[in-house]
This record gives sequence, structure tokens and C-alpha cells, in this order.
Amino acid sequence: MQHVSPVREPLVTGGKTYHDVTQDVCRQVEAAPNIRWMAALSVALLLLGVFFYSVYRTLWYGIGEWGLNKTVGWAWDITNFVWWVGIGHAGTLISAVLLLFRQKWRTSINRAAEAMTIFAVICAAMFPVLHMGRPWLAYWVFPLQNTFGSLWVNFNSPLLWDVFAISTYFTVSLVFWYTGLVPDFATIRDRAKGPIAKVAYSLLSMGWTGSAKHWSRYETVSLILAGVSTPLVLSVHTIVSMDFATSVVPGWHTTIFPPYFVAGAIFSGFAMVLTLMLITRVVFKLEDYITIEHIALMNKIMMITGSIVGVAYITEFFIAWYSQVEFEQYAFINRATGPYWWAYWSMMTCNVITPQLVWFRRVRYSIPLTFILSIIVNIGMWFERFVIIVTSLHRDYLPSSWAMFSPTIIDIGIYVGTIGLFFTLFLLFAKFFPVINMAEVKAVLKYTVDNGPTYTGHDPHHAPQPATTHGVPASAPVNYTKHD
Amino acid sequence: MTKRFALGIFDDEDVLLHAVENVREAGVKIYEVFTPFPIHGIDDALGIERSRLPIAAFFFGLTGLAFALWLQIYTLGFDWPMIIGGKPHIALPAFIPVSFELTVLFCCHGMVITFYTISKLYPRWKTPVLDVRSTDDKFVMAIEVNESTDMTKLTQILRENGASEVNQKEMSKF
Repeated sequence: MQHVSPVREPLVTGGKTYHDVTQDVCRQVEAAPNIRWMAALSVALLLLGVFFYSVYRTLWYGIGEWGLNKTVGWAWDITNFVWWVGIGHAGTLISAVLLLFRQKWRTSINRAAEAMTIFAVICAAMFPVLHMGRPWLAYWVFPLQNTFGSLWVNFNSPLLWDVFAISTYFTVSLVFWYTGLVPDFATIRDRAKGPIAKVAYSLLSMGWTGSAKHWSRYETVSLILAGVSTPLVLSVHTIVSMDFATSVVPGWHTTIFPPYFVAGAIFSGFAMVLTLMLITRVVFKLEDYITIEHIALMNKIMMITGSIVGVAYITEFFIAWYSQVEFEQYAFINRATGPYWWAYWSMMTCNVITPQLVWFRRVRYSIPLTFILSIIVNIGMWFERFVIIVTSLHRDYLPSSWAMFSPTIIDIGIYVGTIGLFFTLFLLFAKFFPVINMAEVKAVLKYTVDNGPTYTGHDPHHAPQPATTHGVPASAPVNYTKHD
Repeated sequence: MTKRFALGIFDDEDVLLHAVENVREAGVKIYEVFTPFPIHGIDDALGIERSRLPIAAFFFGLTGLAFALWLQIYTLGFDWPMIIGGKPHIALPAFIPVSFELTVLFCCHGMVITFYTISKLYPRWKTPVLDVRSTDDKFVMAIEVNESTDMTKLTQILRENGASEVNQKEMSKF
């Protein structure tokens, strides 16, 4: 039993019953695909085609298809890798960190956010693997007792840490997400009419029946997965930042990188969650579950993490001056005023100024403005990674090797293609899987003010029916005044 | 083996929670309770023991940590020692990230596999369910019955404790 302040906004609006939740979430799973979904999927598949073409060109002709040169050896590939991994972090933050902090509002958005994590990590993984040049030898990154010599992998290398971090993160997120899906698959299974749906969801639901013993263990498992996913998600972007921070490249060799990268990851991730949720809630008519309060709360997290990122940018600049290292100073002056000034100032505008608009309540509660802000933040965070990677590399210690980077059509194709891959996966998920965690939403339904037995008598339409039986009065000691 | 069940169907989890306590007090053995979402306090009401999965998770994590340390120390320290950046062969601070990741990897997967195994959850073509509404909005209390059970009395107890329906169902594979 839990006390909820009556001044708190309801988590779910519209006076939903348990059955309404099932209906609302299962609706698009059971209905035939609608025209808007098909149109969106067509666009996503078209972009996926671009992805496959670009990957084919990369594999057939080699990395020379990309715009990389001897000086700028990392550019769009690693930019995109870091961008996608960062986006993924919001999903884990919502499902794990907010679970530990007992933020019940997360229940409406955690499923879709976790799906986003998984698909974003899949997109991210494409880049380092393709960058290997010979992806069919990708297994060389694992510590296998090899037959190619007696060498083992180098455990001192941050790139190898990345292999462990990303694969752990991906598999753990997948398991966390799937375990959460199992009870909802059971709900769909028990409602399924068609023989294919019956068998498919029976297989997916792993024989879940919702027995009290299973729920008890399920809750334990969720809590521990959340507990270990929290340090995990922090470790992943920390390790990604160490790919840069452990080098001696001016502009990379910074101790601020781990916290700065983690904040940036959550910042961009929440922007992407907002982009996706604002579309999903309208397309699937889930406005009662993903309410304006959810949007405002996510905006606040975006603002906080965005401000941390802004402080980090300024700190970097200050430390470059304070360190009195001329190379470090040059790297930062070059970022702001050199040939890539436009990338730097795009980053500063999008990431430092935009989130500050969220201080205004009107912006925070406006759906069109939030949507625009979330897109701007996503663009800004892409530029952040581009600035960190390319502007640090393109003018190194040796002025004779200074160079510029310009992407080829294949670079652009792979990037745009991963967006297609991401949306293809997300749209398939949104159609065939429950986009909202039904079980968890039902569990918090009563903790909302305008719902359940907290009913105080002002709205006769939403009054819950007490359990009456034929002939026998409902004499059970029902505590209907839980929230007095 | 076919089992027969009396099913008390409840519309509200608080009603069910009290019913569980009262029914057990009345000396009726509850076979299982099926609910659409986890209900806090039902473990105590049903007398379900606290899961030992956290202990398992801890030891899985410990295994992962031990494996990671062994792997890194053995490969870089003993099997093929190399000088990397003038650092010691066994550079423990550099081994922290991989050790942490493998700890988490073993802990999560070990625990989840254990969870699915002990709960006998695996993909099935057809899932036997006593009442399909128990994954939607009903709370189902299943009580195993046989010929000698006094159904009238049982129905009376369930009804008095707020059950909206009392059904009977036979299940062969359960």
C-alpha cells in the first residue's frame, strides 16, 4: 500500500480500467496494419535499401569508398557509432535507473524506450564492424585461443573494452526487455483469435501464466537487472569515451570525458525517446498513457543533462587555457574558429541554448515545440561527436599532414541507412509487440488520482464497480480508502 | 494426469489479497493465484518464500569476475606476456573495465537463465491457462479439488470473500 499525494498529476488519464489498458495496447497488435504505418514502413524500407547498397559498396570495394584519409582516420563512422550508442542509453536509464528511484511514471514509456535501446545499439554496432574493413573476421576481437599465431587480444586497449561493454550492454538490455515482454505476450496470446497468432504468441510468451510465484520471481529478477544495468549503462559510455580519452590527441586527452559523455548520451537519448513517443502516442492513440506530464518530465531530464553537457563544453575550454598546453589550446581555438567553426557553433547552439528553453513551462508542455527541440538536440549531439572526432584529428601535431574531411555518398548512405534500419525495426516492434508495458501500467493504475478505488465520488462514469456477487454481499474487508 | 480446479474469479486485487488470507485461514489450500500484474503483499499472504535468485545472481557475478581476472592475468601475464606501452604485464587497473563487464554479463544471464529454468518457462506451442482473463483484468484463485470436496461450502467461502464468479475446470497438463 502506498500513499500518493492528491496534488500529484495522474499517471494515466481517462479513467482507464484494467481491461481498457489491455484493449488500448493490444488494439494495434490485433488490427490490420493501417495505411500510415505502411507508409512509414515503406520509407524506412527504402532507407534500409540505401543501407544495404552502401554496405555492399563498402564490402566490395573496401573502406576507400569512405571519405577517410591518412589524417582523419575516424570520422562519420565513429561519430555515428557514438551517436547511436548514446541514444540507446535513455532506454536503460528509464527502465533501470528510474525503476530504482521508484519513478512510477516510467511504466508507460519503458517498453518503447528499451526497444529503442536495442535497435540503437544494433545500428551502432554496424559502424565499428564495417570499419574493420573485413567484417567476416570480426570474431578476432574476442579472446579466442587462435590458430593465427599465439597472440591474445590486448586487454589494455579501450577498443577491446568497448567490445566487452557493447556486447554485455546489448545482451543484457535484450534479456531485460524480453523478460518484461513475456507477461504481455501472454496477454496477447490469451486474446489471439487466429491460429498463427496463437502459436506465435504462445512461443513468445514462454508459457507465462501469471502465477503469483512467477510474479514474485519476476519482480526479483527485474530489480536485480535494474540494479546491475545502472552501473552498466554508466560504464558503457564511460568506456566509449575512453576510446578517446586514453589517447594523446589534443582535444581527446581529457579526464572530463566519462561523465561528460554519459550526460550527453542521456541527453540525446531522451531527445530520441521524445521524438519517438510524440509520434507513437498519436499514431496509436495512446495519449492517455503517454500524457503531457510524461513529456514535461522527459523535457526536464533533457534540460538537466543538456545543462551538464553545456557546463562540460565550457569546462573543456577553461581547462585548455588553464593547462597552458599550447597544443590543447590550439585544438580548442581551432574548433571554435577554424575551418570547422560551423560544426562547433551548430553544436553549441543546439546543445547549450536549446535545452535552456525548457525552463519555460509553456515550452515544456507544448507538443510541437518539444518535437522540434528533440530533433534539434539529436542534430546537435551528432555534431558534438563530429566536432570531438574530426576537429581533433584533422590538424594533428604535424602541420604538413593537416587535412580536411569530406564525406562520400557512401558515408552518407550508411548513416541514413542506419536510420532506415532503426525505424524498420521500431515500426515492426510497434506493430507486433505491445508498445506499452501493460502489466506494469495496470500495477500503477490505482496509484493515480482519478482512477481505481481511490474514487471519491465526483465522477460517476469512472466509478469502479465493487466486487458484488449474486445474492452474496461484497462483505470482504475491502480497503477502499487507501488514499483517504 | 488430470487435475480438477475450483476457480475463484476476483475483479480487484485488494479483494483478492484479503480473500487469500481469509481462504487460507478457513483451512483451504490454495493451489495457485493467477494475476495480470504483480501484487505486493501476495507473497506473504500465500506463504511464498522469498526467492533466492539474488544469492544466485551474486555467485554468478562472482564467477564472471573470477573468470575475467583469470582470463586477463593468464593471457597477458603468463601465456604470452607482451610489453604494452612499457606497462607491467599484469596491469590491474587496465583490467577493471573488462572485469566489470564480465561480472555483469555472467550475473544477468546466469540469473535470467536460472529464473526461466526454475519457473519452467520455455517456448510452447500451446499454453495451458486456467482462465484466459487472468492475463487481462481478472484475478484467479485456483484451488485443487476432487470428488470428496464439498463444492457448496468452497463456493460459499469464495463468494463470501468477494469472488465475482466461481468456476470449475479440468486440466490435463498442468
